[in-house]
Amino acid sequence: MTSATVTLTTEQIDELGRELDALKQRVVGDLGQEDRDYIYNVIKAQRALEVAGRASFYLGFLPPFWLAGVAALSLSKILDNMEIGHNVMHGQYDWMRDPALNSKMFEWDTACPSDQWRHSHNYMHHTYTNILGKDRDIGYGLLRMDESQKWNPYYLGNPVYAFALMTFFQYGVALHDLEAENLVTGRRKMSENTALLNGIWRKIGKQTLKDYVLFPALTGPLFVSTLAGNATANLVRNVWAYSIIFCGHFPSGVATFTEEETADESRGAWYVRQMMGSANITGSKLFHVLSGNLSHQIEHHLFPDIPARRYPQIAAEVQALCEKYGLPYNTGRFSKQIGSTWAKIFRLALPFGTRGQKDTPPAVTVVPKKVPVAA
Amino acid sequence: MTAVAPTRPTRWRFSPLGLFEALATPHGVDRYLELVNPMLTVRDLRAEVTEVHRSTADTVTLTLRPTRQWRGFQAGQFVQVTVEIDGVRRTRCYSPACSQYRDDGRIELTIKAHPDGIVSQFLHANAAPGLVVGLAQAAGTFQLPQERPGHVLFISGGSGITPVLSMLRTLCDEGYAGQVTFLHYGYTEQDIAYRDELVALAAQHDNVRLVLAYTDQADGGDLHGYFGQEHLEAVAPWHADAETFLCGPPGLMASVRSLYAERGLINRLHFEDFAPAPIVADRDSTGAVSFDRTGRSADNSGATLLEQAEAAGLTPAYGCRMGICFSCTQIKTSGCTRNIRTGAIDADPDTEIQLCISVPVGDVALDL
Ligand SMILES: Cc1cc2nc3c(=O)[nH]c(=O)nc-3n(C[C@H](O)[C@H](O)[C@H](O)COP(=O)(O)OP(=O)(O)OC[C@H]3O[C@@H](n4cnc5c(N)ncnc54)[C@H](O)[C@@H]3O)c2cc1C
Repeated sequence: MTSATVTLTTEQIDELGRELDALKQRVVGDLGQEDRDYIYNVIKAQRALEVAGRASFYLGFLPPFWLAGVAALSLSKILDNMEIGHNVMHGQYDWMRDPALNSKMFEWDTACPSDQWRHSHNYMHHTYTNILGKDRDIGYGLLRMDESQKWNPYYLGNPVYAFALMTFFQYGVALHDLEAENLVTGRRKMSENTALLNGIWRKIGKQTLKDYVLFPALTGPLFVSTLAGNATANLVRNVWAYSIIFCGHFPSGVATFTEEETADESRGAWYVRQMMGSANITGSKLFHVLSGNLSHQIEHHLFPDIPARRYPQIAAEVQALCEKYGLPYNTGRFSKQIGSTWAKIFRLALPFGTRGQKDTPPAVTVVPKKVPVAA
Repeated sequence: MTAVAPTRPTRWRFSPLGLFEALATPHGVDRYLELVNPMLTVRDLRAEVTEVHRSTADTVTLTLRPTRQWRGFQAGQFVQVTVEIDGVRRTRCYSPACSQYRDDGRIELTIKAHPDGIVSQFLHANAAPGLVVGLAQAAGTFQLPQERPGHVLFISGGSGITPVLSMLRTLCDEGYAGQVTFLHYGYTEQDIAYRDELVALAAQHDNVRLVLAYTDQADGGDLHGYFGQEHLEAVAPWHADAETFLCGPPGLMASVRSLYAERGLINRLHFEDFAPAPIVADRDSTGAVSFDRTGRSADNSGATLLEQAEAAGLTPAYGCRMGICFSCTQIKTSGCTRNIRTGAIDADPDTEIQLCISVPVGDVALDL
């Protein structure tokens, strides 16, 4: 099958880089009180939901209250992890110089310690986005998410592993930096993980104490009911976070890259990779907030450090730039994106490639405008 | 100086605060309380503005009621005040002007609005009762000796009056009996923020002499023109046997300092700088400064790392820009820096340095 090819000259790629840099400068220059008010309003909503959820469990023997408690606490954890935690740790609010929202100091309501997340996510994933062999977010060392990952019989369990990862997502994320797959192959030594493991244990200890000991104990005879409510809220958050994140890079039509392709890439080419390697989800305003605006994964990958509320505001301009340069702008309904992600998980469990699939992303060929004189 | 030693993990003991912190984890208890009432804190030190008074055209006097974490101050010390302006937190140093014995425990600050000043203009225009600001514990070594000296000379100019006024008020509260002269410089009579207060203090205390010097007004007052030997001889011929406390604009500071140095009296002179001393950039600077986290780098210009970071388009946190407040402390991952205040060379990797008073010596990498 012949996939479409976008041909860009180096000059065009540099021009695209300049246009995106200018767009970012415009947003950064406009940051101010509104952005601060926005994030503090989200925080207020999150804390109010948390308090309401925890309080509802005192009436947890009445099913509507138990369900309301789970709903409120789930929403609280989702907001904490997505629109607040993930984005704050990207440094989106560092310009406010507020220690409570500083990327280096913020800690979130999930098992993964923030400093390890900043390394594996902010640095590794955002720098080497979708580069095979470098971006460990491609399959998380657990799944086969790209044809070029060589098949072996282990991958027959692909859907099962994916389901388990979804269910225990917070622990999967916490253990991500340990690089378990590299321990198996001997590329990493267990001793390199001692400090990381200590950090993970400390964080998991605190989280467990809070959700599974103290808050249940404070409801006295309702211990088990509260514990079950907290566990359910953590599960709901896990499923939601997993789904949004998997929609970011794995729907059909998203490109992956090789190390050779991306060696010595220019700023413009880096932008092109971020755009080709990410996918958006359409939805309502509330949906965007609950996804931490990762429904604008393309804008997020271009500018991971501008406040996420700005992504919807610049989306039209980014899409127009994609059109101008003939680049795809991958977007779709949540059901479509998550459906195609799960389809890929099932398909890649088997050794066959995707020949005949029409979702192969276009290849970008870079043509230097002035053809150098052959040496 | 201002750093509070981190609380060491102690053996587990039940405490209500410990329980609340375990419940609030990973966010602090204050992160919840502040959404209800910012003055309700368990750890953070903050203050509420309770009174605002504008005594001259370009100054504003604020009374602050600190939260219960406040440990008080010694006359002459400063506090760091943090305000939010258009979404950004800004921290600046201010010296309380009140007596350290003020019985309601509140702090009085007098702030001069600098023409292009971000914080001083903001407070001058917007401070109103009810405004809550961030506060840090008092710090600074500009203080009266614990054993009070026999005679005291205060020399101040403009907004530099605040720490020495605090000292004067404190001495008066103590019933200090030694000779005190309070020499203060202002443009004109209208620019003296505490004029009535000073006149009243001098009237109530026989040992206190007030001398007002106007630089831009020919009549009235006690002296005219800028500080010089004649002024000193006229108001405190006994200054060689006294301790002198000085705070004011750079010009005043420089002339007093050089006169005292000339007379071999420099160890009797105590002073506080409000404005950063101009920094002469190293002419023969070499190497490059790299900012690891942002991946930027630039040739070493010889300026401070704070200025070089800003020139490279970064916006690191800063406060006093003169090595006092530690707001700009960052990790130097490698390279050698020189402290422009002490001249000390620091070649250790992965150490915390104050960007505003460190200049690179050769290549330096920062985690910024
Ligand atoms: C220990 C200490 C105690 C202080 N106590 C007081 C006090 O009691 N009352 C008070 O009004 N100020 C005091 N200051 C000065 C104060 O911290 C701020 O520097 C001042 O309010 C200006 O801040 P800004 O944000 O308005 O100006 P910025 O926006 O920081 O600066 C704007 C411009 O003004 C210049 N500038 C900054 N500070 C000064 C200054 N002091 N003199 C002349 N030019 C300056 C800057 O170089 C810059 O060009 C103190 C400073 C220190 C270090």
